[in-house]
Amino acid sequence: MSYLLSAYGFLLLIMIGYIVRVNLKCGRLVKEAGCLSNDQKSISKLDSSKARLCLIGFALLFISVALYMALIWSPDAKGEPATYRIIYFHVAAAFMSYVGFFITFAGSILYLWKRDLRFDRWAKVGADLGVHFCALMIITGMIWGKQRWGAWWIWEPRLTLALVLLVIYVGYLILRHVMENPVTTARYASVYGIIGFIDVPLVHYSIKLWGKIMHPVVTDGGKNSGLAPEMMLTLEVSIIAFLIVFAAMYIIRLHVDSLEANLSRCRT
Amino acid sequence: MENRWAIETKKLKRSFGHIDALNEINLKVPYGSFLTIFGPNGAGKTTLIKILSTLIKTSSGNAFVNGIDVAEGGEKIRSKIGLISHNTFSYNNLTPYENLKFYGKLHGLSNLETRIEELLNEVDLSQRRRDPVRTFSRGMQQRLAIARAMLNNPSIIFLDEPYTGLDQHATKILTGILKKLHTAKNTIIMTTHNLKQGLEVSDQVIIMAFGKIVFQKPVPEIISEEFEQIYFDCVEKRK
Amino acid sequence: MKKYFKDVSAIVWKDTLSEFRTREMLISMFMLAVLILIIFIFSIHLGKVKAIDVAPGVLWIAIIFAGTIGLNRSFLNEKENDCIFGIMSMPIDRSAIYFGKMTGNFIFMTIMEIFIFPVFIVFFNLPIQNIPGIVLITFLGTLGFTACGTLLSAMSAASAKLRYMLPVLLYPLILPVVIAAVQSTGALLYGKQIADIMSWLKLLIAFDIIFISVSFLIFEYTLEE
Repeated sequence: MSYLLSAYGFLLLIMIGYIVRVNLKCGRLVKEAGCLSNDQKSISKLDSSKARLCLIGFALLFISVALYMALIWSPDAKGEPATYRIIYFHVAAAFMSYVGFFITFAGSILYLWKRDLRFDRWAKVGADLGVHFCALMIITGMIWGKQRWGAWWIWEPRLTLALVLLVIYVGYLILRHVMENPVTTARYASVYGIIGFIDVPLVHYSIKLWGKIMHPVVTDGGKNSGLAPEMMLTLEVSIIAFLIVFAAMYIIRLHVDSLEANLSRCRT
Repeated sequence: MENRWAIETKKLKRSFGHIDALNEINLKVPYGSFLTIFGPNGAGKTTLIKILSTLIKTSSGNAFVNGIDVAEGGEKIRSKIGLISHNTFSYNNLTPYENLKFYGKLHGLSNLETRIEELLNEVDLSQRRRDPVRTFSRGMQQRLAIARAMLNNPSIIFLDEPYTGLDQHATKILTGILKKLHTAKNTIIMTTHNLKQGLEVSDQVIIMAFGKIVFQKPVPEIISEEFEQIYFDCVEKRK
Repeated sequence: MKKYFKDVSAIVWKDTLSEFRTREMLISMFMLAVLILIIFIFSIHLGKVKAIDVAPGVLWIAIIFAGTIGLNRSFLNEKENDCIFGIMSMPIDRSAIYFGKMTGNFIFMTIMEIFIFPVFIVFFNLPIQNIPGIVLITFLGTLGFTACGTLLSAMSAASAKLRYMLPVLLYPLILPVVIAAVQSTGALLYGKQIADIMSWLKLLIAFDIIFISVSFLIFEYTLEE
């Protein structure tokens, strides 16, 4: 039980911490942008902290519903300790990291095609969120694994794949971080975002060949998926809740980035 | 329709992020003229040269070199132009002969050997043809760069700050070659900071500042004593 | 098409000529590889561990680390005197630059491997067998490594900070190559036949094809300003 609670506690802590951090930064940038003349400003509803809080509150509402379903409503699994309930958010986080990385891929292609820095910001925010969710997936997976397998880490294909994904996209963020010129950064990051994403199936296949399958497969949809209908519903609700959180974070984070770009444009 | 202009740009724009390096440049250069572009650092001179020599792309607007759109005929344009910059584009471990041979191969030239000999004689490097370029002085390297740019007998030659770091001897050779090329009816586009040198060789000048052309006149109409004042007026007016 | 091959071979000719004049890079690549072998041997006590189990991994670590030196140098040479602009101002297709540089890197790595293999066999006291299989694996693995690495090295040469980041960016991407190469080299050293490592070979071939064609398409974007 303590494993379960620590997993969820950790997860919510990271998520709320991220939201607070981004929200504070957004408020600071809006204040700074207040000094700009009106024609330089791009007015957006997200400039008011009320609007942002509404958006976040709406997302957290869904999370609490999912939380209730995952921790209390859904039935116990046969022959599994209570920690199995980690998988609801674990799987949802995994989905979100894939969504984030896919946005990076799409944004990178769009940037190279259209040469609009807006698409580059899409890609950047996608990778940033993807990395966070990927870390969440790994951490919850580890906590679950400690209970189930008795070890924090097993070199098991899906865990390994998640780790490699994390490393690739942390590399992407580092690449962005060390470059100074925003245009060159956008170009190089786009190239890396494209080859990084194309590499994923190859990594996946190679790891699958390399390791033995130890990981339970819960989403193959067949009769052997081992999930009761209530569990399936809880999982779906979790994923939807995560999608909404993802969207809320994404919108606010994107707004922060465009504010930042606007500020640096007006300063030069 | 007969194409009259060696270089023609229409509302040419190029921006790096939110900085406009070139802002709506309209420029027409007839065949056989020698145009010198003056301007402070960051005025967009190098960007213009790079776009015209198809090293970088335009953001919007059109540019035609030899009547060919730079957005489409990159390779065609590059086979007709020569580019000299303040960087020499030469490989330090190779000899001048090998450097020229490499670039000649990329140009797809036939009877390369005789052409290289000819050029090495012209820039007065045939004595040092077996030494690696890294032992050369800056002036000698720049002479090699001139030979490299001449490999394909270009009809349009771009020079980006070619005088930077040259000693008197190399400057004299470069000026001599430029004059010779000009008499041979080649089109030459040069950027430089050196007002006197620029006025001496060219027959048309423009001054650029902040991505725009702010002054344009044929050289015979300019009194060289007053030009320095004109330059500063043009450049400072824009601030 | 003929012109394209000539352009590629001209770049390869220039790179190899320039390198063989000093041989600095080849020597440092080879020495690094040897040193990696030695350091690993000190860290694994060959009396207790079966050499054949660890040897393939050590070999490929040595190859990849040494190859990174070559990749780092590759576009730095072009940065000197801004040569890359010289090449770009020539009437050639931009992707020819990629294939030229890639072939050059591939040749340098292959030369280094030819020298490191005997050292490897001797240091680990390995049986000499299945040479064609190992040659095939090395060929495909090195090709994949250089295909991906050349693309990234074109970017990393642009800034000094990024140059140190090359391994960080490159190694996660070439993980499939490393896994496939190490596993199949190990299998071959254990006396298995090429037919037994078919799935690894397929993976390597897929990696090579995908990365060469993707690089062909997007290499241009690493050059322009």
